[in-house]
Amino acid sequence: MPDFSQFYDVAIIGGGNAALCAAVSARQDGASVIVLEHAPKAFRGGNSRHTRNLRAMHEGPTSVLTESYLEDEYWDDLLRVTGGETDEKLARMTIRQSSRVMPWMSECGVRFQPSLTGTLSLSRTNAFFLGGGKALVNAFYDTAERLGITICYDTEVQSMDLDDGFAKSISVSANGFPQTIRAKTFVVSSGGFQGNIDWLKKYWGEAAENFLIRGTPYARGRMLQNLLDQGVQSVGDPTQFHCVAIDARAPRFDGGIVTRLDDIPFSIVVNKSARRFYDEGEDVWPKRYAIWGRLVAQQEGQIAWSIVDQKSELLFMPSVFPAITAGSIRELAGKIGLDADTLEQTVSEFNAAVQPGDFNPQKLDGCHTEGLAINKTNWARTIDTPPFICYPHRPGITFTYLGVKVDERARVIMADGKPTANLYASGEIMAGSILGRGYLAGFGMTIGTVFGRIAGQEAARHARN
Amino acid sequence: MHATDAVQSAKRGIDVCNACRYCEGYCAVFPTMMLQRSFTDTDMAYLANLCHNCNGCYHACQFAPPHPYGINLPRDFAEIRLESYAEYSFPKVLGRAFNRNGLTMLALVGVSLAFVLLGMLLFVPHDILFSAQTGPGAFYRIVSWGVMSLFVGASLGWSVIALSMAARNFWHDTASPLTKAISQSAIRTALKDIATLRYLGGTDGGGCNDIDASFSQTRRHFHHALMYGFLLCLASTSVATLMHHFLGWEAPYSWYSLPVVLGTIGGIGMVIGCIGLIWVKIATDPAPVARRVLGADYALLILLALVAKTGLLLLLFRATPIMGTLLALHLGSVLALFIALPYGKFVHGILRGAALLKSAVEREGREVVGG
Repeated sequence: MPDFSQFYDVAIIGGGNAALCAAVSARQDGASVIVLEHAPKAFRGGNSRHTRNLRAMHEGPTSVLTESYLEDEYWDDLLRVTGGETDEKLARMTIRQSSRVMPWMSECGVRFQPSLTGTLSLSRTNAFFLGGGKALVNAFYDTAERLGITICYDTEVQSMDLDDGFAKSISVSANGFPQTIRAKTFVVSSGGFQGNIDWLKKYWGEAAENFLIRGTPYARGRMLQNLLDQGVQSVGDPTQFHCVAIDARAPRFDGGIVTRLDDIPFSIVVNKSARRFYDEGEDVWPKRYAIWGRLVAQQEGQIAWSIVDQKSELLFMPSVFPAITAGSIRELAGKIGLDADTLEQTVSEFNAAVQPGDFNPQKLDGCHTEGLAINKTNWARTIDTPPFICYPHRPGITFTYLGVKVDERARVIMADGKPTANLYASGEIMAGSILGRGYLAGFGMTIGTVFGRIAGQEAARHARN
Repeated sequence: MHATDAVQSAKRGIDVCNACRYCEGYCAVFPTMMLQRSFTDTDMAYLANLCHNCNGCYHACQFAPPHPYGINLPRDFAEIRLESYAEYSFPKVLGRAFNRNGLTMLALVGVSLAFVLLGMLLFVPHDILFSAQTGPGAFYRIVSWGVMSLFVGASLGWSVIALSMAARNFWHDTASPLTKAISQSAIRTALKDIATLRYLGGTDGGGCNDIDASFSQTRRHFHHALMYGFLLCLASTSVATLMHHFLGWEAPYSWYSLPVVLGTIGGIGMVIGCIGLIWVKIATDPAPVARRVLGADYALLILLALVAKTGLLLLLFRATPIMGTLLALHLGSVLALFIALPYGKFVHGILRGAALLKSAVEREGREVVGG
């Protein structure tokens, strides 16, 4: 058992990448550090367990990154996906620092590899972790243990005693037993609140019962709520989250990347009324996959079904769950519980509206329908060759945008604009300051790593003085 | 191969792997499995033997137990490997030796030791057996060179045939259009992978998860000690046989002679390797371990250690009256080892070697085809 009566220099709330980067950085600067991870050891690491790469600026080819990726292009990419909901000063600092974190990560035991098969589009911008995010998390925990950092699993931080911008102590439940931990400084890296269905219901009502959470169930937002209640300034729209359509048969939590579905551009997607509700071929899939979570969330029962025929079977990565197949549309309707007459009508109307064209799955091919209330603008082909292949979709939430505001030294800012004295934040809980909307692959890990390092260094420096 | 529980479990696991692919950089298993969407039972035998049991994919897996998906490829593959040793053994009926291999090996060693000891007690005059023998031919006054050569030659000869047949059975069962022709460079790649134990180094040399989620090369280094120790001992015996046969020089040889130097270094290497690998097996995180295969694992390591230790003791005490007894123990354990080669864990070297060759051949083949 750790010594909870010890007065630590730095107490870290959370156990994912951002928390560990802060812990290791603080320890390397000479501070005594305790890490408080809500999850048991087997599930340590928050959503970092499910990540696989980090977006890194670089001026020339590195061991795993090709060509170059410079600050302005990185910034443009960020500006595009956020539609301006970002903080240019913090964002540019993060981008610049991203060019310097990889050697430090390597020293901490993180191993990199060239981009995975099928992710060539990221080979220039994103450095992949050998073995994925859990291997990265393992490396950081291993380093933390070697450096003599105290690590507590099954330890939920429930509240902070925050007095006029000064953090005095935290109350925790350690293996079910209440404890109070005092420290000179605190770093909060406990993620968003997507694992808290009751909180999501505040904005989404009963529909939230049908949301699937793609990652850790331990992102419950308890510290986020606690800090906001005590007058910490918030960033990000509380109602918004990153959400994609995933296989509806995924477990409620933690289903991970294997539940994703890439078939929508080649399919028609119908709701419970067996009707189409959006243009499935609007744009190339990497640009459009993030909107489908929200589209499905808006349908009755928060469920939809994509249907392709034999012609498209091998054009996409299937999810890990077997496809629902049938020899006729009527049979398929029976299997998925939709009205057979309506589904047959939807499919035949769609087929009749398909215009001739040169189908090409690699680009916007212009194969489209005409005359429908909702036309499909690309990759429209008749759905008429059995077996018919169907996947059920539900909204899968990746992360929430609501967070606490920080400055460039990772200090948490109070509602009156003043920085707190000894409270720092890193990772998802403050990422809304920089990524207020949208999604940029590997950028969450960049924010977590860069701000984790800053928070750890600043906390250690503050503890020394 | 049959659809055993382990095969079914691994197939489900691979479906998850194929949708995830985070482990692509770990070893040859992952790029191989990603070429297919569905797998036969025989594919699983191939992948299982390509797996080096380094546990990298288990510790990196966000879906490993206690996650509900419960993905545990190292454990499934270890069980499939054991099943494949039985499946491909020659003659097939002796594949049953793998059912309770630890016990089978124990019985074999017991019978073999008893056979040699009793034989000596019955046929060797006790004043020779229990007195110090020195000078050329000292060993052969206890067991003649002809008798020794007969037993060693027969047991080793049979085992070489049986192991070759096992390799052949594996190769035929897992054959693909690409494995029809074997290029020299594919053979070179496979030999290099075997000689360096590339996949016990984590592919990039950063190590594997030998004990827990941290990385080390411990298992690779101990395995090198054992494998090269074993080869040095074989070289020692071969050199001694040549010296005897062609030059008429009779053992025992001096401490600084080639056979004794090779045998001493090899024997010490084997002992270090065996003890080290047994320690790794005891110390490692048990979650990715298949308990069912441990009997075979420990049996081979203990038997190899016994052969090496009795050989070293024989060298140390060859000029004393206990030489005869030590010679009986050494020859008895060597006989057991040679008989056991095709029916115990030693088969892993043969089938994994074949799997590495198949992997090298197919990779080259695909590059030529341009896939």
